[in-house]
This record gives sequence, C-alpha cells and structure tokens, in this order.
Amino acid sequence: MEYLSDIASLINSTLRISTPLVFAAMAGLFAERSGVIDFGLEGKMLAAAFVSAVGSYFFGNPWLGLFLAIIACVGLSMLHGFASVTHKGDQVVSCVAINILMIGLTTALAAAWFGQAGLTPTLGNDERFLEITLPFANSIRDVPILGIIYSDILSGHYIFVYIAYLIVPVVFWIVFKTSFGLRLRAVGENPSAVDTAGINVFSMRYKALAINGILIAFAGAYLSTAVNANFFREMSAGRGYLALAALIFGKWHPKTALIACLLFGFTDALQIRLQGVELPTIGTIPVQLIQAIPYVLTVILLAGFVGKAMAPKAIGQPYIKER
Amino acid sequence: MTTLVDKSKVPWWVSNLIVPLVNLTLALIVSGLFIFIAGENPFEAVRLIIFGSFGYIEGFAYTLYYTTNFIFTGLAFAVAFHCRLFNIGGEGQAYIGGLGVFLVAINFSFLPVPLVWLLSIFGAVLFGAAWAFVPAYLQATRGSHVVITTIMFNFIASSLMVFLLVDVIRDTAQMGPHTVALPKEQWFPGFKDLAATFGIKIRYSPLNISFLLAIIASFFVWFLIWKTKWGYEMRAVGHNTQAAIYAGISPYKNIIIAMCVSGGLAGLLGVNEILGVHHKIVAGFPAGYGFTGIAVALMGRNHPVGIFPAAFLFGILYQGGSEVTFDMPNITRYMFVAVQGLIILFSGALENLFRPQIESFFVKKLNHGVKI
Repeated sequence: MEYLSDIASLINSTLRISTPLVFAAMAGLFAERSGVIDFGLEGKMLAAAFVSAVGSYFFGNPWLGLFLAIIACVGLSMLHGFASVTHKGDQVVSCVAINILMIGLTTALAAAWFGQAGLTPTLGNDERFLEITLPFANSIRDVPILGIIYSDILSGHYIFVYIAYLIVPVVFWIVFKTSFGLRLRAVGENPSAVDTAGINVFSMRYKALAINGILIAFAGAYLSTAVNANFFREMSAGRGYLALAALIFGKWHPKTALIACLLFGFTDALQIRLQGVELPTIGTIPVQLIQAIPYVLTVILLAGFVGKAMAPKAIGQPYIKER
Repeated sequence: MTTLVDKSKVPWWVSNLIVPLVNLTLALIVSGLFIFIAGENPFEAVRLIIFGSFGYIEGFAYTLYYTTNFIFTGLAFAVAFHCRLFNIGGEGQAYIGGLGVFLVAINFSFLPVPLVWLLSIFGAVLFGAAWAFVPAYLQATRGSHVVITTIMFNFIASSLMVFLLVDVIRDTAQMGPHTVALPKEQWFPGFKDLAATFGIKIRYSPLNISFLLAIIASFFVWFLIWKTKWGYEMRAVGHNTQAAIYAGISPYKNIIIAMCVSGGLAGLLGVNEILGVHHKIVAGFPAGYGFTGIAVALMGRNHPVGIFPAAFLFGILYQGGSEVTFDMPNITRYMFVAVQGLIILFSGALENLFRPQIESFFVKKLNHGVKI
C-alpha cells in the first residue's frame, strides 16, 4: 500500500501546483480569444501576489488582500488595453513593459516599505488562507481506495484550488454557450465583421481584459497568501509564461488548456520528488537539471504539437475602425 | 479625435527626437512618483544620479562600462526586432556566450594573446547564436512563439550554468560557484591601465577595451541591416511576410539568420564581463542586462544611432542608480528595473500616445498656420 499513498501525494501536489497555472491560463484565454496577446500574465501575477500579501498584512484579512489584488490586476489589464487597444501600440511590447515594471516595482516597494530585501512580512494564520479539510475526511480515511481519493487527494487544499477547478467549466460555458462568448470569439477572429454587426470591438476587448485581470489576481493571491505566507522577489518564477504555453498547447480551449496545466503541474510535482532520489541506471540527477524539466517540457510541447493556424486569427492586431 | 498628419510633412527631428524625448520625460516623471511613494525625494535622486555618473572620473568610467553591455544587448534585440521577432532571451544567450568566451580562452591559452581574444570573441558569438538557434528553428518550422521559447531558454540556461558551475567547471579550491580565473595576460586592458600608460593615475573601474568592440558591433549592425541584401530581406520579412514570400524571400531562412545574429550580439556581453571584468565565469553574471537591452532598443528606435545614446542613458541610470542606493536606504536597484519597465511602456507600447498631437503641432508651426 506504500506506493498508493505515494501516488496520492503526487496527485495531491499536482492539483496544488497546477492551481495558479489554471487561473492564469483561463485569464489568458479571455484576453487572447478577444484578440489581445497577453504575455503580461507573469507581471500581473507578481503584482497580485505583492498587493494581496501587503493588503492582508495591513488589513488583517486575506479576502481584502485578494480584493485589492483584483483591483491592481484589472488596472494593469486596463493599462494593457489602453496601450494596445486604444492607442494601437505593440501588444507584446506592452506586455514586456508590464512584466519588467512589476518585477522592479514589487521588489522595490517591498524593500522600501519593509526593508527586508524584497520580502513582505510573514502573515499570521488569520491573515492568510488556510487548508480546508472536507467534512468526514478524517473518519473515512480507512475506507479502501475511496478513502485515499477523498481524504488524501480531494481534501486538505486551499480554497483557491477548488475555485480553480470549478471555474474551468464556467469559463467553458461563458465562452462557448453564451452570446457574450460568441461575441468574444468573433472579436478575436474577425473584428471587422463584428463591428459591422453593430458590436463595439473596443469595449468587447476591454471587457475581456477586465475578466482577465480578475482571474489572474487569484493566481497571484494564491502564491502569496495561501501556499506561502509572504511575497518574495520574482515569486511567480515563470508561471505566467508556463500558463500561456499551456493555453497555446491547449489550442485556446478551456478543457485542453486545463489538461496542459495539469501536465505542467504533474511534471513539477515529479521534479520535486525526484530531487536527490537515486534512479536505477541513471543515478542521482543534479538538482539544477531536474529543476529545468518543466521549462524543457514547455519548449518540447510548443514545438511538437501546436499547429500554426490554431490561434485566434486577429490576435495581436490592433483593430482600426474604418471611417 | 486628432486629425491625422501627413507623414511626409513631419520633419525627421520631430518624429525621431522630440517624440522620444517627450515619451522619456513622461517615463521619468512617473519614475519620480514611484521614488516619492518609496519615501524618498525624487529631485535628490536625480542629483545623486548625475553626480554618480558624471561627477568623478571613475563614476563616468562605470557609466561607459554599463553602456558597453547595453549596446550589445540593445543591438541584439534590435536585429531580431527588424524581422519582427521578440528575442527576449538575451539574458540566456549572454550567459551561454560567456561560457563560450571562457572555454575558448582557457583551452587556447598556448596561442598568442591577440589571437586568443579574437577566438574568444568568436566563441562568444558562436555560443550565443547557438542558444538562439533552437528557439529560432522552432519559430521558423513549428511556429512556437519565440517569446515563450526564449524565456524558457533563459531559465534553462540559468539551470545549466549553475549545474556546470557547481558540478563541472567549478574552481574546487574556492567556495563560491565560479570557475578558475583566466591567465592574467589574457585579461582585457582596462581603462585604468590605458590611463596609466599616459601617466594618469585613476582608481579601478570595470571599463575596458570591450567598449571599442561595442562601437564596432554598432557599425556592423548598421551595415548589416541597411546596406546588405540579408538586412533588406530580414526587414522585408518583418514588415510584411506575405509580400516577402511573393518576392522570393524565405521567411524561414531569415528568421533563423536574424535570431542567430541577435544571439551572437547578446553573447558579446560575455566578452565584456569575462575577459574585461570578472576574468572567470561567476553565477548570474548577465544580471538583467539582457532585459535592459529591450528598453534600450525600443528607446533607440532599433537603430544603432539611437541605441548608442539610449545605452548611454541606461548607463547613467545604472551607475547613478547605484549611487542612489548607497545614499537612499529606501531605494534598491529594483527601482531602476521598474524605471526600465516604464521606459519600455512609454517609448514602446505607448509611443503613439502624444505623437499625433506633437506632430500636428510642429507641422502647423513650421507652415506658419497654413492649412494643410
């Protein structure tokens, strides 16, 4: 039975690690489906992590921290929209600007306000989110199979984890089953046709970016007020880019993007478990090389499976209304 | 809604000088605001920056040393950008380029020194280009977006180099993750040594003859992009891929050439850092210069003539910035990373914010109110 609990803990950490990726991928889905490239997920995630940690610290309430993070991320999304939708600036440049600005600003302000080399103060238990034990989790642990699935895999996560996996079907429903979703996708594929139909392309893109900001805030808040109890410098560690890769690999579709996120999460969970473990014939793989596995996997996935024509057709192009 | 301006009537100095300066000013004003939020006086910060970068000879030498790095990474980003490729992997390419410099210099130390230098420069270009080649190839053949792959290659380069520095090429006599030092005769002559030959005594600064290499690289990029067939083809692919294909230009080939040239230029940063400054590989020596190159290139409008002053400006910000961090406890070097972000935002993404207004203002002014 030893290997069963090993597998259970691997699945458990896969769910945990994939959570910020899922939020970020869903956030990216809204922006990119509307035709706006979002490489800025990384920077927004950092901003959310910083703002929610600082907010929880000052107000003593993690929900208020999350709320402030949402405001910050929606603000950054609006900035991205202002530059790339209203002023038709280069979308990738705007994203790179947001990312570099946030790497600098979060760390600089953390250092200025708390003087701890880019750290925010450690949050107490009432200032952060805690793991939730589902009802009866302890009492049915001994039931074979079912007990492990319920008590060791499903129970004991932060609230973000549950929200993340519940939000995927919601996103699917919004994007594919509502008229808003239809318009959203149309704006990303053929904005001039949508404009002809009397729908405002700009406001659709701004709405998509607003949803994008709300969702990415959860990813950042999860990092700094749930799995960790503070913000530290560059704590997003490329997750925004991984999520974007998952979105592309998932062909801009919520279900397949979720699977890609879980795949990344699984690789990362495996990577952590492999550190320092002696493998048959190979021996111990150096930690630095193991840590590079998710990044290598990203490159391989992007190279191996993505066709060229899958992206929303109008992605990256500012819409210029004809007069 | 502002009326569109006839572009041919706009003098070159308005669109290439006034507009960038206005954008830069906006970025600096917002930066001042951030410094104020961090609890320091922005005007005092400006005074410290100017003193730190111009106030004394070693400070100015430091400014030019940073300028050297930013010229390399700025040119690297610009070359790829002319082909509409976002090479944000300058950081990793520079790291691997440094590996090339070191491996060549240490293995060919029996050769005469000038030859070793030439070979090391070649090694830097080769290794940097090789690190850019994989993302380029994947972009060209598989359509994998170069932004994601180059970022991933930055992470991979960092892991690989730490692995090499810890387990393979570490100087086992020392504690830190770095290699042995190169033989002293291979070190690039520094500004201090050159001044000493003229009988001027100054203190140490990392400025060295790589600065000349940066100027040569600038001429090379200008020649490549505007005076050769390859440069023309790269720009054609970047401007309009479909039209380029009609003209018989292969986007595949040009994407790979542009990225490899770009990676090679980023690799030259390794020459400055390894032969000129550290004389060994230390962990994390690219220290964000690769990312700063993006801001430098965008500010310099991707032209060597613009990149040089932009790199100099960032040299001032870096050197002056370190003066600020000494004197102002609330400001860390990350504040200047934020400033870079603002400069990219205002001179890249928001470059059209006030352009129409400024251009029409000057066109009207120069035509003495004649309606056009």
